[in-house]
Amino acid sequence: MARTTKPKLAVWKFASCDGCQLSLLDCEEELLEVAGAVDIAYFPEATRAVVKGPYDISLVEGSITTPHDAERIHQVRRASRFLITIGACATAGGIQALRNFKDVREFVGAVYATPQYIQTLSKSTPIHDHVFVDYELRGCPINKYQLLEVLSAYLHGRRPNIVPHSVCSECKRRGVVCVMVAKGVPCLGPVTHAGCGAICPSYGRGCYGCFGPKETPNTASLSKRWRQLGVKEEDLVRAYRGFNAYSEAFRRESESHER
Amino acid sequence: MSQSGAVSENPYALPATDLQKLFDSLTQRGYQIIAPTVLDDAIVYEPVESVNELPAGVTDEQRAAVYRIKRRSDKAMFRWAVGPRSWKHYLYPPHQRLWEARRNGGSGFDVVAEPEEPPVYAFVGVRPCDLAAIAIQDRVFLSEQYRDENYGRRREKALLIAVNCSHPAGNCFCASTGTGPHAQTGYDLALTEVLDSKQHYFVIELGTERGAEVLEGVPVQPASPEQCEAAQRVLENAARQITKRMDTTDLKELMYRHLDSPHWDDVAKRCLTCSNCTMVCPTCFCHTVEDVTNLQGTVAERWRKWDSCFHIDFSYIHGSPVRVSESSRYRQWITHKLASWQDQFGVLGCVGCGRCITWCPVGIDITDEVNALRRSEESKAALTSPKEESHANP
Repeated sequence: MARTTKPKLAVWKFASCDGCQLSLLDCEEELLEVAGAVDIAYFPEATRAVVKGPYDISLVEGSITTPHDAERIHQVRRASRFLITIGACATAGGIQALRNFKDVREFVGAVYATPQYIQTLSKSTPIHDHVFVDYELRGCPINKYQLLEVLSAYLHGRRPNIVPHSVCSECKRRGVVCVMVAKGVPCLGPVTHAGCGAICPSYGRGCYGCFGPKETPNTASLSKRWRQLGVKEEDLVRAYRGFNAYSEAFRRESESHER
Repeated sequence: MSQSGAVSENPYALPATDLQKLFDSLTQRGYQIIAPTVLDDAIVYEPVESVNELPAGVTDEQRAAVYRIKRRSDKAMFRWAVGPRSWKHYLYPPHQRLWEARRNGGSGFDVVAEPEEPPVYAFVGVRPCDLAAIAIQDRVFLSEQYRDENYGRRREKALLIAVNCSHPAGNCFCASTGTGPHAQTGYDLALTEVLDSKQHYFVIELGTERGAEVLEGVPVQPASPEQCEAAQRVLENAARQITKRMDTTDLKELMYRHLDSPHWDDVAKRCLTCSNCTMVCPTCFCHTVEDVTNLQGTVAERWRKWDSCFHIDFSYIHGSPVRVSESSRYRQWITHKLASWQDQFGVLGCVGCGRCITWCPVGIDITDEVNALRRSEESKAALTSPKEESHANP
């Protein structure tokens, strides 16, 4: 099926570490395929050449942390037909959302010699708090194969094969032995969204929850089991306050252990 | 059905030091041996070549949500209970490409059937509960009406060498489901490992002609009456060690009477809906089918992937899923396993292997949940029986 014009792809950065954008560059052998299928129109991380909008697909990395970005995301939305947020910052506020549990003015005062130059919001928030998002891709960082799957699904008008099930389902399909049952290692896998391919458990470590909460996460039941394994309340707070600390399920669970 | 019955007629004996010769015979005949081995602190079924890879001198301890391997003081190779993996990993793989389609340059496409011939497996160390599980999956995948070739191609060539159970774990309840600890049927060969201070050997029962064939060239001798008695004692001892029970009387009706039980909400408070129980269950067979495309749209592939009734999208029908609540998903799993499975396939869907109890991260115990339903009826009966009496005798 010959296409006369290729869809235009833009990649946008908000408050983030650039790791998710790098997942696109990390596609290596598939990168040429991507470049063959879409017109990479705006991607400052990779090229200074800019093709003007509007764009068919926008990949948005990062969270909203400044008044300026809170405005800019609306411009991005207006210029985008299909907006996909990529990574824990864009989908949940990221590690920088730890500020949401404290008073950010204290940090600014402690870190900067001239705090009045700093314009920052009191909370780091996900993109979907600001504009309509067509699709969210989880992870810290995102999985490059999931990114390719989302792009491929978009290009061919089908639903992406990306599921909100537990990391456990990935462990079991891979034949990875459960670290919690066989070693007594606390693991967030049973409440965490699949997508990484169960990297940490396959190395004998518990899941850190990089992909955020799965569908219907029963964090209270998992926390109860963690306590039986000897995990203290303050460590439960830390476990849920990772890259997805401000996602609804993890936020509420961490707060319940602070009381 | 008694499952600790006598060792069948005319068994053979093989010294443990000659087990490698059985392995060699399998390899020479083109079988890929899948056998227990220690991997990541558990005993799992993996491709092996040598008996040195077997878990000799290793055993396990199992409780709800706890599995630990331990050193033994002897060199027994098969004194452990089932681990997290079941044989379905090989007969019904977790990911399987069914076919692919390629654009043919014109406006059409060609379908390419999956060309790969699966390996011819010899499973060594199949426990009686797992033999029963394979027989159940045979009913599911190989019925006359709906035959699954992807399963059939693997299953029909596979050689099953059972090893009777000598070390049931804390979560085993095969005595209740009538599926162990002594293999009665469904094997090509069934071994019983005997180890005392003086001797270490296997008593081998023949199940099929194919089983007899692989023994050709292996230095087996007819087992002596003493050896048969020793094997018998191993089996009786194993049967005595099984302490967990699940009362299967009236089980189907019991489950159907409790479709609206408040007990499901109690389970839902604990259940993580993580799907571990269904993935480790040797009879669970549910899967999804996914179509993938490459970026250019020149190749599409259809894959089959293990799915679970604990996933919300599993029950997605006509625009929305029908089992959204956690309680409805747990109820679905246990009610299918213990009740509607009987209507569907004519057998209980549970073989008492205890995997779902051990590998549930929060230790939900299928036998406890059945007992809880029975108790709820007893307490209700205790409350209502005086009234019923007064009815009968006005």
